[in-house]
Amino acid sequence: MSLLRVEHLVVEFPGRRGTLRALDQVSFDIAPGEILGVVGESGAGKSLTGAAIIGLLEPPGHIAGGEIHLEGRRIDNLPPEQMRRIRGRKIGAIFQDPLTSLNPLYSIGRMLVETIMTHLPVSAAEARQRAIRLLKDTGIAAAAERIDHYPHQFSGGMRQRVVIALALAAEPQLIVADEPTTALDVSIQAQIIALLKRLCKERGAAVMLITHDMGVIAETCDRVAVMYAGRIAEIGPVHEIINQPAHPYTRGLMACIPDMTQERDLLHQIDGAMPRLTAIPPGCAFNPRCEQVFERCRQERPELLAAGPTRAACWLHASGGGEP
Amino acid sequence: MLAFILRRLVQAMIVMITVALIAFMLFQYVGDPVTFLLGQDVTPEESRALRAALGLDQPFVVQFWHFLANAAQGEFGFSLRQGVKVSTLIAERFPATIELALVAALLALVIGVPMGVYAALRRGSFLSQVFMTISLLGVSLPTFLIGILLILVFAVQLGWFPSFGRGEVVSIGGWTTGLLTAKGWHHITLPAVTLAIFQLTLIMRLVRAEMLEVLRTDYIKFARARGLTDRAVHFGHALKNTLVPVITITGLQLGGLIAFAIITETVFQWPGMGLLFIQAVNFADIPVMAAYLCLIALIFVVINLSVDLLYFVVDPRLRVDRAGGH
Repeated sequence: MSLLRVEHLVVEFPGRRGTLRALDQVSFDIAPGEILGVVGESGAGKSLTGAAIIGLLEPPGHIAGGEIHLEGRRIDNLPPEQMRRIRGRKIGAIFQDPLTSLNPLYSIGRMLVETIMTHLPVSAAEARQRAIRLLKDTGIAAAAERIDHYPHQFSGGMRQRVVIALALAAEPQLIVADEPTTALDVSIQAQIIALLKRLCKERGAAVMLITHDMGVIAETCDRVAVMYAGRIAEIGPVHEIINQPAHPYTRGLMACIPDMTQERDLLHQIDGAMPRLTAIPPGCAFNPRCEQVFERCRQERPELLAAGPTRAACWLHASGGGEP
Repeated sequence: MLAFILRRLVQAMIVMITVALIAFMLFQYVGDPVTFLLGQDVTPEESRALRAALGLDQPFVVQFWHFLANAAQGEFGFSLRQGVKVSTLIAERFPATIELALVAALLALVIGVPMGVYAALRRGSFLSQVFMTISLLGVSLPTFLIGILLILVFAVQLGWFPSFGRGEVVSIGGWTTGLLTAKGWHHITLPAVTLAIFQLTLIMRLVRAEMLEVLRTDYIKFARARGLTDRAVHFGHALKNTLVPVITITGLQLGGLIAFAIITETVFQWPGMGLLFIQAVNFADIPVMAAYLCLIALIFVVINLSVDLLYFVVDPRLRVDRAGGH
């Protein structure tokens, strides 16, 4: 059974000039212990999907359709207090910027102990021992001493380790990591990703890794979901997505990764830009930029269709085909 | 941290000397004290003799030095109007003003902070809109009008509170206090409320704005994502971060409360320094004015210094030296 199942998720933002549909019929699932990468351009809805799962959509954004199930239990319609108990305990979250994710006026120990004691029935002393162990696990030297230090006394990479420790503090089964390395030095990014991967593996926690770094995806993930304009364009095992992408958008995305073995003057790019939410074309959202567009793409929106080892929302893969 | 305090002390000294210079100028340029003392019909010899006796024939710098030396000992000479030592006059009035200002500041904080927090957390609710509307009135109504209105309603029409004076006071080691008697509290209520209303609305608006700002930060989002209770997020993480700027403003406002209690003291005939100052201005009682000026400056300097030190208590980023984190 899958750990997390998202079905036809719709997130809308009501505004003065009509309602914006920021996520449209997003469906995917994550198995226990699995790492699912979510890629896409800025504004494709990656972070929003994460926020919807942990129940922290910024108002006026709200879930307008679909369901989210965690361990077979529906969680998208839970009352706020029950959802709070799930956050941290069942689903941990890591955000982009470790420099701003920690309260500057709290020592890291206080934050860890607070988080542990919110969710687990342990004494303060026990919680502190757990906190020290967590910090050790995340590779912080002299953890017993540094636990009483404040965030400003740690470097960026160290702070992201603290953030990871905080996200794992109450032993959640799923971590939603929203661009956990984007704000870090390139030299530290690999360390943090490796750490996240190791800790989650040890604890059997699944990860939803939101990023736009294909390198990170290739090294880390089991499966990948490619998002475009609030929809999933393609989803499948990481190797297949990278080597034989089925959706023209995924193909374009992969072609954008510069190949160091080839001498090239120009970097590849996909012509045009992702449509704004107010102006998503009918049919397939990608059709104005697609090189293989045909009539059906402009009229009918494709579901995720089996396309070899992956599934792609593209009419090229409709059985019986529509290709001219 | 020691270096920081030393630097602040030097700055404070510079401020105090500047203020003393301005106060000293009052003597120099607001009328001639010799004419003042002897009147118009004197011979030049008499005038010259008094001038020499008072040390007024000495160079400016020497005279200023004498003034400074005396001021440092709290000595500002005699009140021209009452013939009493200025230091005695001020010592009599000081407790009344301080008590009024402290009660008003406490009132403003105790009511203003919770109102601000509420208005931020329940933004858009009916009650917080009521708060915001009231606060607009509080900010825009002049203090004397609030005072007169309060007197009209609570003293004249309802007769609940007295409209002037301090009531019964108890003297403890030279400090007269009205806070130990029921009468004293009865008397301080209206002037304290009058003085507090502006500060209260200011603090409330400040807390609300800061709180809204803090609630948008990443660390609040992350605290929520860890499943902490609303209570821990709002009153632990958010409120603590809100208080840093609030401390600054409250500190500065406390100085302002003491300095500008003048209007409230006049309206309520409160026997404090403000009333003393107004009377001194009416009679061109320069020694009293000079002393008042210096004292108020001293109070501001002391409060600012205390606020700076409070930062160290609240904000760990200032407290410790940076330990290497790499």
